Amino acid sequence: MSEYKNLLDDPEVLRELIMDHYKYPHNHVLKEGAGYKKIHMASASCIDDITVQADIENGIIKDINFAGIGCTISTASTSMMTDLLVGKTVAEAKDIVDNYFRMVNAEPYDAGKLDEAVAMKNVWRQANRINCATIGWRAMRQMIEESEGSHE
Amino acid sequence: MLDVNKVRKDFPFFTSSPDLIYFDNGATTQKPQCVIDTVSEFYTLGAANVHRGDYPLSLHWDALYDKTRESFAKLLNCQANEIVYTAGSTHSMNQIAYGLQKNFLKPGDVVLITENEHASNVMPWFRMRQESGIQYEYIPVDKQGNIHMEDAKKAMHPGVKAIAVAGVTNVLGAKQPLKELAALAHENGALMIVDGAQSVPHGPTDVQDLDIDFLGFSGHKMGGPGGTGIIYGKYDLLQKMEPVFLGGGMNARFEACGDMLYQEAPEKFEAGTPNIEGMIGLGRAAEYLLSLGMENIEEYEKDLRAYFAARMKELDNVEFYNPDNAYGPIAFNVKEVFAQDTGSYLAANNICVRSGNHCAKILHEVIGTDSTVRASLYFYNTKEEVDRFIEVTKEITLEKAVGIFF
Repeated sequence: MSEYKNLLDDPEVLRELIMDHYKYPHNHVLKEGAGYKKIHMASASCIDDITVQADIENGIIKDINFAGIGCTISTASTSMMTDLLVGKTVAEAKDIVDNYFRMVNAEPYDAGKLDEAVAMKNVWRQANRINCATIGWRAMRQMIEESEGSHE
Repeated sequence: MLDVNKVRKDFPFFTSSPDLIYFDNGATTQKPQCVIDTVSEFYTLGAANVHRGDYPLSLHWDALYDKTRESFAKLLNCQANEIVYTAGSTHSMNQIAYGLQKNFLKPGDVVLITENEHASNVMPWFRMRQESGIQYEYIPVDKQGNIHMEDAKKAMHPGVKAIAVAGVTNVLGAKQPLKELAALAHENGALMIVDGAQSVPHGPTDVQDLDIDFLGFSGHKMGGPGGTGIIYGKYDLLQKMEPVFLGGGMNARFEACGDMLYQEAPEKFEAGTPNIEGMIGLGRAAEYLLSLGMENIEEYEKDLRAYFAARMKELDNVEFYNPDNAYGPIAFNVKEVFAQDTGSYLAANNICVRSGNHCAKILHEVIGTDSTVRASLYFYNTKEEVDRFIEVTKEITLEKAVGIFF
């Protein structure tokens, strides 16, 4: 575990991770199914145009997929998110999402909770790219919040 | 011939940002000192509204404000009263489209556009179809955005009441055959409307020779202040066209019963307190361009663009979408690198370009890609800047583009 942690401190490794998730994004096909909710994310200021879908049942995130057009940062960050959040409870996922947003906004965060997504830790240095690093995560945060609403 | 080293001294930008290469002139341009001084004078000498005050300060600005029409009359070869002040190209193109809705176009009439057009020459027509059944159809363009007259002739039919196209397109730099298109339009009783945002700043525009009916463009893309633009219209057509905005300054009188009498053109299109310092500054920008000579500007930019295109062809890591066009931006992508990643990498190397779909969101049907990097020039750019751009661009790989984050 500590060896793996060290790897995630190595800029070369993090760069490779971003490239790998960009070229071969995980969970990059939208699925059919009654349980899925989806959100389309597009903005006038950037090219990214992606759809994120999630199946959240009984407070558990059962599946996440995404599709669309995006830059390296938006594609890789969303791909990493799908790996990280599937199987988590809504409470766990909220904590991870929270930490991720703190990281990309250059605030203190717990790297241990973010796994490969720590590759995005320097994106804030290119301020105009913070949007790219959060586009998929914002969609997911909204779906998590909506899932809670429907429970109450 | 333009002396670029002399010209660059007119722009304080090159002193304040000596390390930056500014290749985003399709978006907006740097401002010459004379324009900055003119705008600044309005604030330091004292602001006053135009056409309303009886005091000398107001009359002083009145004279300069009105003089801008004369500068553009020289620039476009038209009458001063055929120049309408607007807030920019988008305002101009919206006024033209909606202005035609009342006295010119009826449901079922067709406006010909292309898939090359900027959003401001597409979306008003889309909405007019929804709202009043005025239709649009596309003239096909080739892979580099050019209209061929045989295609335009095929697209023409008795239902067509207007052709509305960019003089030079904003992504691919296709220079359209405006004179031939205008002749085709007029033979068929249709109007010729031109979006001049990317053409007027870069070379001569003779609206009488081209026989254009309406032309819209921005001031800030030609060295002028932000929030400025122009509509040229043939005077009788301007008189017939309905203004979009109503209010102070554009009415002659209005009565409690609902009767309204507008001013004559061009004032009837200029409701509300205008961007006075902006329009005065824009007049100064027009005079500055005239002093350089629009032919000289065009010649210099064509030469620079040809050099840029030739150097782009040397690179094997890029896909270059418009190598054969002589005008407008260089549109490209670095192979396997997303446009915005290339833009960020160039930014990290002090080069300003635009990445994205450049408000031409239906263009991907033509060039087969959703987004491009756009390097757009103005007459103050140099071959040395192009060389540095090429040195940086030829090194770009996916690995390097991601590397800027570490």
